Amino acid sequence: MIEFRDVHKSFEDNNVLQGLNLNVDKGESIVVIGGSGTGKSVLLKHVIGLMNPDNGAVYVDSNSISEMNEDGLNQLRKKFGMLFQSSALFDSMTVWENVGFALKRHTSMSESDVKELSSEKLKMVGLVGIEDDMPAQLSGGMRKRVGLARAIAMNPEILLYDEPTTGLDPINAEVINDLIIKMNEELNVTSVTITHDMKSAYKIADTIAMLYNGVIISRGTPEEIRNTTDPVVRQFIEGKASGPISVEGIDK
Amino acid sequence: MIVKVIEFIGAVIEKPALGMGRIVLLLVSILRGMLKPPFEIRNIIGQMLEVGVNSLPVVLITAIATGMVLALHMYTGFSRFGAEGLVGTVVALSMTREFGPVLAALVVAGRAGAAMAAELGTMKVTEQIDALETLAVNPVKYLVVPRFLAGLIMLPALTIITDIVGILGGYFVNVVLLGTSSKSYLRATWDFLQMEDIYNGMIKACFFGAAFTLISCYKGFYTSGGAEGVGRATTGAVVYSFMTILISDYFLSAWLFR
Ligand SMILES: Nc1ncnc2c1ncn2[C@@H]1O[C@H](COP(=O)(O)OP(=O)(O)O)[C@@H](O)[C@H]1O
Ligand SMILES: [Mg+2]
Repeated sequence: MIEFRDVHKSFEDNNVLQGLNLNVDKGESIVVIGGSGTGKSVLLKHVIGLMNPDNGAVYVDSNSISEMNEDGLNQLRKKFGMLFQSSALFDSMTVWENVGFALKRHTSMSESDVKELSSEKLKMVGLVGIEDDMPAQLSGGMRKRVGLARAIAMNPEILLYDEPTTGLDPINAEVINDLIIKMNEELNVTSVTITHDMKSAYKIADTIAMLYNGVIISRGTPEEIRNTTDPVVRQFIEGKASGPISVEGIDK
Repeated sequence: MIVKVIEFIGAVIEKPALGMGRIVLLLVSILRGMLKPPFEIRNIIGQMLEVGVNSLPVVLITAIATGMVLALHMYTGFSRFGAEGLVGTVVALSMTREFGPVLAALVVAGRAGAAMAAELGTMKVTEQIDALETLAVNPVKYLVVPRFLAGLIMLPALTIITDIVGILGGYFVNVVLLGTSSKSYLRATWDFLQMEDIYNGMIKACFFGAAFTLISCYKGFYTSGGAEGVGRATTGAVVYSFMTILISDYFLSAWLFR
């Protein structure tokens, strides 16, 4: 359903993606792990055309994203839902206007129907009675959940999550994990999740892939990743400071 | 040596050239977005209120103060060679041709332009603009077109108001404070004022309105680097808007009032 073919992406002389290949099947929940600043968000932004590869191509339903025209891309984007690392709620709008934004623009639903459906989506993520609040009034965990409600508003086929649990306390993180699993099961979506939270990764993944030095160096089921002998992956999942992964400014 | 010189020149012009290219591309997307439905009526009205109505108090004060001080200087200056009778003419011509459009543009660019850069810049660094795109909404059409149209429409409107209020300020100083007869002041105002003065001033205002919104939205749209970046974008928007307004004013005047 989603395919990266030899994708290269650089920012000036910072080579972030260096010939990345990745395949995501329909209905699969894939989790991409990797250290901070390794290009996980960049990878995710390529899936939905927020960034285009310098070289290589990203295919969704066998369409090359960078070759689509604006209308085609917008048609395709309606099949997507994306949860941003920072939630990215529109802070000039109320919670329900955020959730119902795409519905209001892309369907012929009346305002009251949009509000009702937005409340329903909010209920799915466990939020009741905050429809008329402004995003600035909400806690980080609630903002993430509103972001999730907005992402699922149009019943997407593909959900993209950028570090859904980062910055949350363990309980809120667990709530988000459960919601992601629930979305995958109930809505039968394909999902790509970016994280460096291994607990979350083991929980929600069908497949885990590790991004390192601009390519996917390892890919397998949670069980396979847990038992891997690859020293780079081992170091990452065990969270060791010493090993093949170098951290800038730290000598070992 | 020669390679070094060329490299140096390249390095110096690279950034401005890139910026110019992006501004032109932004203008092209704005023009395309303007012609393609859905038309963002609600956003357009909201921005027109923001640019036009909310700028009104500052514009009014600026206009009346300028008209008054202009009339005062002209009166004392012109009385040295007995030309007090021409004060009304000079005030009317200066306001319509020059001070109306330029002052309105500077006030609005400083107020609304800065707000545009800050708002769009914040949306950019908090990924709200990316979020719009993922929701299949063209951010130029949704955010920039309404601001551009508001500048283009409201600045001429504010210019007319500035013209009138400035002339009234001059009238007040000359007639009420300095005792010129009302009839002769008004005659001096009307007799030499031509429609051309007024609508050429409006043409300038349209240009300034388009320029400052384009610059401010561009600065906001290409913000990077968090809160500090938003600050930089806002300052940049005001500085470049002012420069553009003041420099282009000369060339527009030279061209329009041949
Ligand atoms: N729009 C951009 N412009 C320039 N550099 C960028 C941009 N987006 C990301 N980068 C750079 O790409 C690298 C990877 O970033 P990112 O994908 O955000 O990392 P992470 O894996 O933490 O999500 C970083 O070095 C970052 O500075
Ligand atoms: Mg990231």
